[in-house]
Order: sequence, then structure tokens, then C-alpha cells
Amino acid sequence: MNARQTPIPWTWRRRLKVGLLSILALTAVTGTIGIVYALYPRTLPQTGPLEARLLPAEIERLRSVSDFDGIADPASRSVAFFEEAGRVLQHPRCLNCHPRTDRPTQTDAMRPHMPWVTRGLDGGGASTLRCSTCHQAENFAASGVPGNPKWKLAPIEMAWQGQTLGNICRQLLDPTRSHMTRDELLHHVMEDELVGWAWHPGGNRQPAPGTQQEFGSLIKAWLETGAVCPQ
Amino acid sequence: MSFALSVNGQAHLVEDDGDTPLLWILRDRLSLTGTKYGCGVAQCGACTVHLDGQPKRSCSIPLKAATSAQITTIEGAEGDEVRVVQAAWVAHDVPQCGFCQSGQIMSAIALLRHNRRPTDQDIDLAMSGNLCRCATYNRIRVAIHTAAAQLGQST
Repeated sequence: MNARQTPIPWTWRRRLKVGLLSILALTAVTGTIGIVYALYPRTLPQTGPLEARLLPAEIERLRSVSDFDGIADPASRSVAFFEEAGRVLQHPRCLNCHPRTDRPTQTDAMRPHMPWVTRGLDGGGASTLRCSTCHQAENFAASGVPGNPKWKLAPIEMAWQGQTLGNICRQLLDPTRSHMTRDELLHHVMEDELVGWAWHPGGNRQPAPGTQQEFGSLIKAWLETGAVCPQ
Repeated sequence: MSFALSVNGQAHLVEDDGDTPLLWILRDRLSLTGTKYGCGVAQCGACTVHLDGQPKRSCSIPLKAATSAQITTIEGAEGDEVRVVQAAWVAHDVPQCGFCQSGQIMSAIALLRHNRRPTDQDIDLAMSGNLCRCATYNRIRVAIHTAAAQLGQST
């Protein structure tokens, strides 16, 4: 005769034992899975070039001299030439180094230059913190610092920031402020390498509109039509 | 490509890309780690060295542009100005974390070589390109005045 098995009662000791064993088993399984996961051979992340985070600067066109043939009146055409050239003159690439104070600005937003620098006696910075401390003869991609052998500020008499285009025009034509005759002015805008930097600013800086040659042609046409200034 | 460099009076021949920043040549190739990498964009001055006596940000100078210059790093700086600056820096306990200090010292030395009696404004003009996140600026300024005074006594 089979003795009827009586179920083991769920005493508090048994409950504790089963509970602890379950926790231990769960911990062991989790730990084992973790170790297997950590030690499982896999390909490590490889170094590689960063994705370009700087968008290429958009190129703005400049209208050519022939685009103004429709303006019959020479004075109006002259003003139109200068107003088109003014898109270059009043571009941040040019205005940043034509400040109205002793401190340049930078970026397209024309914020105050960082670090704090000043024009110094020759426009090339204070004698103990020259522009050339940071700016070298060329744009340097590794640091993003722009450069040119002539890197310096325009004279304070040639401050353009805050000026109307008409005032800039009259400045350019005034040899006491521009320090240039009209021939020298034309040569300056067409040939000067620091002026030319405005079209090759490096990094993701927005170049001045058009090309230096197109800008020079507009200035030449403006001078040849009487160098009339906008109001 | 090979580039000949003169660093702290010693000639070196370095094989590297000509566009490598001088900072990395000094630190990684020549083990001159006193010159620090701070921002890498010529904004902080931690990487300041002297090229032909002029302070320059070595993070912003390509190797190819440094070949014709006499380069001086903090390890090779010497002379009266260096001695008094070092003593003043110790006397005023200038460094806090110290990371920017080699750049600060190189700029201070160049300032004193150019101007032996700098005013506060002269110091601000010369040192404004050297940032210190511990803000030890007041101690730096006092130390430069002390160094200048020492320089005046010793000459």
C-alpha cells in the first residue's frame, strides 16, 4: 500500500531558501551573460576622418560692367557701378578689418575680435601682441586661423563700419584719408593680395561676392564714368 | 617630407607633413611637452613659443613655416627676464592648476624683453591673448610688475 505523500509545507524557512536560491541563480545567469557579452570578440571602433561639419560657403555673384549698359545716364551708371562694388566693400570680409575703433571684428556676424587685440601704431597690432602672433602668411586649415603676409587693419581714417556707402565712396576719393590717388586706388583693389584674400578666406568663411577681377572692373568703370558717389 | 628645425639651440630633422602644427612637432616628435595644447585655434595662448624672439601660437604655425626660425620653448627659455619671471612666479605663487602657465610665462618674457617697465595697460595689451581658466590674472599682473622691478635692480 502506497503511503500517500504529503506536500511539504511552505514554511518561512523554505520560502526564504527558495527565494534566495532564485536570486542567486538569476544573478549567476545575468553575470555569465554579462561576461560572455563583454568578452565576445567584436570589431572595435576605428578612427577615421570626421564628417565635414562646416558647410561650403555659398558663392555670391557680382554683376559685370556690361550688365549696366542699359543705364544711359553716365552719372547714374557710375553710381550703379559703385553700388554694385559696394556689395564687396560692405561685406564682412572687408568690414572686419575696417573697424571704426581700434579693435577689429570677426566672422560674418562681425563680433568683436577674440582675443582682445588692438591696432597698434602700424595697424599690425600692439608691439607685444602682433597680428602675426596668430595670423601667419597663409590661411591655416588645422587651426582655422586666416592668414596673409600683409595681415593688418586699415588705417582709422578708412574706417568703414557704421558708414554709409556714400561716405565710404567719398573716403576712397579723398587722398588725405585713403592715402591713395585714383590710379593707386585702382591698383590696390585689383592687385593687392590682402584685398584679394577676401575672395579666398579659407575655412567656411563666406568669400566676398564675385571675384577680385570683377570687383576691380567695377571700380575701374566707376572711376571712368566720373566716380560719382551715392548719397 | 623632411624639415630642419632649430629648437632651443639644437638642430632637428623632422619627417612629417608640412602642414602639421608646430605644437605637435614639439610635443610628439621632440618630447618638449612644456608647451601645452589648449584650444588649438589660437584663442587661449597655452601653446605660446618664441620664433626669433617673438611670441607665436604654435598651434597655428605649420611646420613648413617654422624652418627658418630660431624656436624657443619654455624648456629652452633663458636670460635675465626668464630668471626674474621665474622668481616672481614662485614668490607670488602664481599658478593654480598651472596648465596655461608656460604660455603665460613665454608671453611675459617677451613683454619684458620689449618693455622693461610695463604699465598695467601694457601688461593687458601683451597678455590678453593668454587665457587662464583659474583666473590667476591678478597674480600674473603683480608678478610681472615684480619681475620688472627685479630686472630694473639687476641692470
